[in-house]
Amino acid sequence: MKLLSLLVVVATLSINPIAKAEEAAVTNVNPGGLTTIRGAAPLEETREAERLKRVIKDKNPIARNYVHQPPVVPHQTRGYRVDLNSNKCLTCHSWKHAAETGATKISLTHFETRDGKTLSDVSPRRYFCSQCHVTQADAAPLVENTFEPVESLGNE
Amino acid sequence: MLKNMWTFLKSPSSAAMWFILAIGFAGGIIFWGGFNTALEVTNTEEFCISCHEMQDNVYEEYRETIHYANRSGVRATCPDCHVPKKWTDKIVRKIAASKEVWGKLTGLIDTREEFVDHRRAMAEREWKRMKDNDSLECRNCHNFEYMDFTEQGNRSVKMHSDALASGEKTCIDCHKGIAHELPDMKGVENW
Repeated sequence: MKLLSLLVVVATLSINPIAKAEEAAVTNVNPGGLTTIRGAAPLEETREAERLKRVIKDKNPIARNYVHQPPVVPHQTRGYRVDLNSNKCLTCHSWKHAAETGATKISLTHFETRDGKTLSDVSPRRYFCSQCHVTQADAAPLVENTFEPVESLGNE
Repeated sequence: MLKNMWTFLKSPSSAAMWFILAIGFAGGIIFWGGFNTALEVTNTEEFCISCHEMQDNVYEEYRETIHYANRSGVRATCPDCHVPKKWTDKIVRKIAASKEVWGKLTGLIDTREEFVDHRRAMAEREWKRMKDNDSLECRNCHNFEYMDFTEQGNRSVKMHSDALASGEKTCIDCHKGIAHELPDMKGVENW
């Protein structure tokens, strides 16, 4: 029996030596990949995507955690376009409309250029709201941290 | 001889009369049925996007919006919003659409650039149409009577129970650009 299996192995090796060599080369290659806080993934594998988080639908304003923090967005913004033609955020949050809609007014710092010059409308550098103001999802922190929000900003 | 002929012509047999009536009746059914079938064919999304102007511009943009893809899988097609359901209104809209056929024939919006150039004018026409009929096509599905404010977000409740309930505003006044991208909104009320 042993002799037979040895014969089979020898036969296979002699028939297909190139395939064996290739296989050996493949196993020697470093699959690379990174181990991140979201888990490890070698290069040749595509990790399963994370499930999308559900964005808070509509809540009252959320207190800031530190001074000069851009306030986060406590509501959904799906389909709210901000581009050259229109800015959906400003149809509620602009000074012109905030009184009627009850939305938080944008800060007057948004009217300033980077040289400190105040313009008559939102400065282009502050036009793209979601660069700083982002919607919130009920996502657990990926790493533990001991940050304590500033109490004077209305945090409990 | 001539007189006999004349009498023969003047007094058709009753069978012939029934025959003519039957032809008229059948012809009427075929014509009317054909007309309505053709009308319904022009009222499908496949027909709308059979032109590249619609397929490459408005339809492509529409595919990203909530009226195309959403959690429950209920979706609106082009005619649901752009063609009135009531027959008389539908015919009026269809006749007005002959201008769009002319635009197609003369290649008014052959390219993306031409489309973007015309977007404001076309959008304004559609906003006006919806403003004038009190956003009828929205209300075919979104009936104010059955809106449950307790199921809506704070912001929706505030707007809907105030401006919409009093009839001061209609859907399109606030919900512009929900199915297609917006043109340059300079000077548009509330923008």
